[in-house]
Amino acid sequence: MYSRTYKTLVSIPPLLWVGLFLLLPYGLMFAHSFWAVHDGVLVHQWNLHNYSTLFSKPVYVEVLLRTMRIAASVTLFSLLLGYPLAYYLSFHGGARKELLYQLVIVPLWVSYLVRGYAWKTILGSEGVLNGFLQYLHLTHEPVAFLLNSPFAVVLVLTHIYTPFVFLPIYAALEHLPRPLVEASHDLGASSAQTFLRVILPLSIPGLLAGATFAFVLSLGDFLAPLLVGGASGTMIANVVQSLFGAALDWPLGAAISVCILLVIISLLFLTERLEKRWSFK
Amino acid sequence: MNSSAASSTAAASSADAVLLEVRGISKSFGARAVLKNISLNIASGEFLTLLGESGSGKTTLLRLVAGFEQPSEGEIWMSGGRLDTLPPYKRRVNTVFQNYALFPHLSVRENVAYGLRVKKTSATEIGNRVEEALRMVKMQEFADSQPSKLSGGQQQRVALARALINRPLLLLLDEPLSALDANLRKQMQGELKALQRELGITFLFVTHDQEEAMALSDRIALLRDGSLEQVASPREIYAHPSTVYTAQFIGQTNLLRGEIIDGTARCGAVQWPAQGPSGSAIFSLRPEAIRLASGVVAAPGTTRFRALLQQQFFSGASELLEVNCGGQLLRVRISARGPLSGEHEFVFSAADAIRVQE
Repeated sequence: MYSRTYKTLVSIPPLLWVGLFLLLPYGLMFAHSFWAVHDGVLVHQWNLHNYSTLFSKPVYVEVLLRTMRIAASVTLFSLLLGYPLAYYLSFHGGARKELLYQLVIVPLWVSYLVRGYAWKTILGSEGVLNGFLQYLHLTHEPVAFLLNSPFAVVLVLTHIYTPFVFLPIYAALEHLPRPLVEASHDLGASSAQTFLRVILPLSIPGLLAGATFAFVLSLGDFLAPLLVGGASGTMIANVVQSLFGAALDWPLGAAISVCILLVIISLLFLTERLEKRWSFK
Repeated sequence: MNSSAASSTAAASSADAVLLEVRGISKSFGARAVLKNISLNIASGEFLTLLGESGSGKTTLLRLVAGFEQPSEGEIWMSGGRLDTLPPYKRRVNTVFQNYALFPHLSVRENVAYGLRVKKTSATEIGNRVEEALRMVKMQEFADSQPSKLSGGQQQRVALARALINRPLLLLLDEPLSALDANLRKQMQGELKALQRELGITFLFVTHDQEEAMALSDRIALLRDGSLEQVASPREIYAHPSTVYTAQFIGQTNLLRGEIIDGTARCGAVQWPAQGPSGSAIFSLRPEAIRLASGVVAAPGTTRFRALLQQQFFSGASELLEVNCGGQLLRVRISARGPLSGEHEFVFSAADAIRVQE
């Protein structure tokens, strides 16, 4: 249909883009993780020292584990919020379906930073929530754990990523043929049985896609911990940022990045397998 | 039209025990009235077909009986109990859906077992009854297949087994054969009918295919724009259509618009003795009720007319003639007899000219 020259010409820009801005940086990062720094100067000397440091110093392992814990909590809470929301909209949205759908999507258009600062205002020791609690005389001094804690990070990330979880689940539920639900009721299944035996299993691909979004995006997040995490809510991306920045230890930062990348790639691989297993057409 | 519907349902209810009673059902979606005051009885063991064009309300009526929709007015009763107030899962009614609606994530066996599983039936009983149901529809060898791997006809059989395993009092079938090709459809029609006789389960069948309705049903309920046009056995509805719509919808017919004057009906150059008061009238005369005249003298009670042959369509065992009798076009079906031309004499029995309402 199209000539060879045409095909070659149109594929050059995207290939260049991917090569320059994706493969090259990844290659550089991978190479850096095997290099060293001596007296603040990068030395192209191949070694595994960065990786051994990473796994021998408890601080890095601890932050890595905390990051995974936070990401897992965010995934769980986003699913607990996003799934019922998607279910309600898809099955009982009625005439307001479009409006409600837009209302879920609108927050995605608001800058991440704005939403982060909004939470800071709500959770801070002089914040809206603490003010309200003291006004009600439920507490006499500001509740400290609200801000600058893993709790705050989980809260903010859940708020930000719930729409990402909602969307694929909603799409999966919308594509579920309604006669299947009717057939289930017809055969004697109650609404709860129908949900567990038909609706939930058939929405698993959407659920997995949503969970992957939430987990992967939270795992690499550094703004939420920066804004509301404090010292106890520091995540691995903040460590990477400081290693590349103030600490000037690019090789160690690169090694951590490679580790996160490996976690994410294996996770994507696993969920893709699972999604295939639960897709029926 | 409503009086004939009422009288034939009354006849059915006196003959057999009534299983399902539809009492004055109306259904509207917003401002659109889909069903208008439908009353219909279904006898136990009967094969009743809801026949109608798309949009006539036949599927809506089926969904009301299944419980997927709520009536706007009226009640539905089954075996002496109120049905329309029960949720679908508490009704002893099962449905074969138009596109089968098999659960794609379950095997054939699990699909068939579904109704028993959700009722917490014991594993051994489930096993036995699933085997029995699969044997009934000749699908044992596909027990472990996924539905997506099956042909349309096979999915159809699984859908039947799945619906019948709960031993419903009434089986609803929503155009179950419409997705199959012509040959398979004929075969499945035969199997459906045999299955219904064997099990003695009452079937409420929805179709837009009048031939299918004629071949399968004990009675046909013809729906038109949400109202019952006529309810009668296939032979009755074919031989004595009560309205122009019924006469044209079921089979082919000649509509003769003429008038009755002093016991004689006239339509163009054709006339025959007819009962009824003088005035304009419409008659339905089936093409096969008209024959080529033989001999010279008309037999008693028959009417002769001369007509000019205009077209002849050969269709194997029979052929259809289009003839012109003084401006009135008539279709005549005769057994195959070779090419014809020119003017011929035709004959029909006055009793076959059925007076119908507009």
